Amino acid sequence: MELIGQGIVKAIELVFGGDSEVWAITWLSLKISGTATLISLLWGIPLGIALALSRFPGRAIAVALVNTGMGLPPVVVGLFISILFWRSGPVGFLELIYTPSAMIIAQVVIALPIVAGVTMAAFQSLDPNLALQLIGIGASKRQALWLLCKEARLPLLAAVMAGFGAVISEVGASMMVGGNIRGQTRVLTTATVLETGKGNFDAAIALGLILLALCFALNLFLSHVQQRGQLKWPRLS
Amino acid sequence: MAEALLALCDVRVQHGSSTVLRLHFAVHVGEVVVVIGPNGAGKSTLLRVMGLLQRPSSGSVYFHGEQATAKNSLAMRRHMASVFQEPLLLDGTVYDNAALGLKLRGFRRDEIERKLRPWLKRLGIDHLTERRARTLSGGEAQRTSLVRGLVLDPSLLLLDEPFAALDAPTRETLLLDLREILAETGITAVMVTHDLKEAAALGQRIGVLHRGELLQLGPQLEVFRRPVNEAAASIVGMETRIAAVAERTEGQITTMRFNGGSANVTGEFPAGAQVTLCIRPEDIRISRHGDGKSCAKSDIHIKTKIARIAPSIAEYRISLRADCGCLTALVSKPSFDGLSLREGDEALASFSPDAIHGI
Repeated sequence: MELIGQGIVKAIELVFGGDSEVWAITWLSLKISGTATLISLLWGIPLGIALALSRFPGRAIAVALVNTGMGLPPVVVGLFISILFWRSGPVGFLELIYTPSAMIIAQVVIALPIVAGVTMAAFQSLDPNLALQLIGIGASKRQALWLLCKEARLPLLAAVMAGFGAVISEVGASMMVGGNIRGQTRVLTTATVLETGKGNFDAAIALGLILLALCFALNLFLSHVQQRGQLKWPRLS
Repeated sequence: MAEALLALCDVRVQHGSSTVLRLHFAVHVGEVVVVIGPNGAGKSTLLRVMGLLQRPSSGSVYFHGEQATAKNSLAMRRHMASVFQEPLLLDGTVYDNAALGLKLRGFRRDEIERKLRPWLKRLGIDHLTERRARTLSGGEAQRTSLVRGLVLDPSLLLLDEPFAALDAPTRETLLLDLREILAETGITAVMVTHDLKEAAALGQRIGVLHRGELLQLGPQLEVFRRPVNEAAASIVGMETRIAAVAERTEGQITTMRFNGGSANVTGEFPAGAQVTLCIRPEDIRISRHGDGKSCAKSDIHIKTKIARIAPSIAEYRISLRADCGCLTALVSKPSFDGLSLREGDEALASFSPDAIHGI
């Protein structure tokens, strides 16, 4: 118990004492995971919408693939991205291994199916006739899609939260493709692993707390947006 | 004849190998057409094709004389408005939803307010503008949906069973409101429904849709009184159908013989032709056997047995069994109660020859 207590005190000192390295790590984590989430949203939302609205042969397989992807183990992603980007690998000439770019790519692979899967479910929960009614009062296809997105904004925000939550907290892929290089690819999760391994529990706790606070702050904001003006459910007895 | 506002030419809609819709159809400026048909007749499909929401498998749609294509259909759709059985409103206020069509057309906020306010008042939902659309009752939601369509001042208003999901009193008030609005504005409208009362209340012309084909399209009285065939007769509520044989024609009157009697029916039929005599239920009167006092001489009387008495609020629907088949009569409660007849009793069914339509 004393260990934890000391750890927390040290953590507070580190966080509020302005330890530049801690803040640099935090900033890098945010940059990498934020970029990865953004890319996943840009690709995953259209992909999810397309899967929800279109009918084509092999759609069932595509849906199953996306759903499998939602539970993809980060270490497996790390393994395959590492093989791909390894100096002698198929795209090794890009020299991306152990760079933030490689970490972003790995995190996109993790977050994309999550975003696409949640988006697909979100659109499928809408009434299929809604699009027809929107077009029936003069919406263009683009306008109808935008209105459908707005209508599905609650679950779409859940897609953002789930995607970001998955990549900011994963450690396996970041460790493998980023290499946990100090000042270059060290992020909150990999740093926590390292500090714990070295027995620096205070630093590890500090990093862990920052990670938690970060996730909480973002979700607090998104939840606020999501739950604004929601109808109250009746008390179920 | 007035200019055809919207015309469907040789339109066919296929779902796999089955044909859902196959018809010619034209709507003229200023008229209100109601298409009736049972469930699955293709009513909604018809309205979707007319509203350019669904492309037919073959054939073409003309709006203001111009053929609809993938390119011009958005511009055409913006001169129409569709109202559906279940109004799917977006998560937002009543005002937002009612204004949606105008917003989609790029109107400014003040223009929207100027156009929208009178319609919100006209449909009686002016006090609900700030309410969340999802908290509305069915009738309020349908009123919002009607405002959403009417405020667009459409050349063509398409109504897909807009009252079917509403309770009876709401349905009746809204039906009357819509009738007045259509008369005031002169908006061209096409409504599909399975409800004959709604059709009678709104339709200047009535279409009869059966298995995707338009059996008949004509003035209301014509369609309700003179269906072209048995399927149409059944859809327009001509419940009594008696099998008869034409005997001889004199002038425009043909004498028909049926099991247990004969009747002189308007129309020329070749001698020996098999004819179905159709009678509307409200045209059949019932009296105690042997009374027959209030009947005109030319009336036809058929001896029947009362098979079933189905009470409603103001009338009874009475199923009668006779030698010539089954008859259905709709009689007001007071007049029938006075007869003190019960199921199984003998009764006399009477009707004027003018009430008979032979097909």
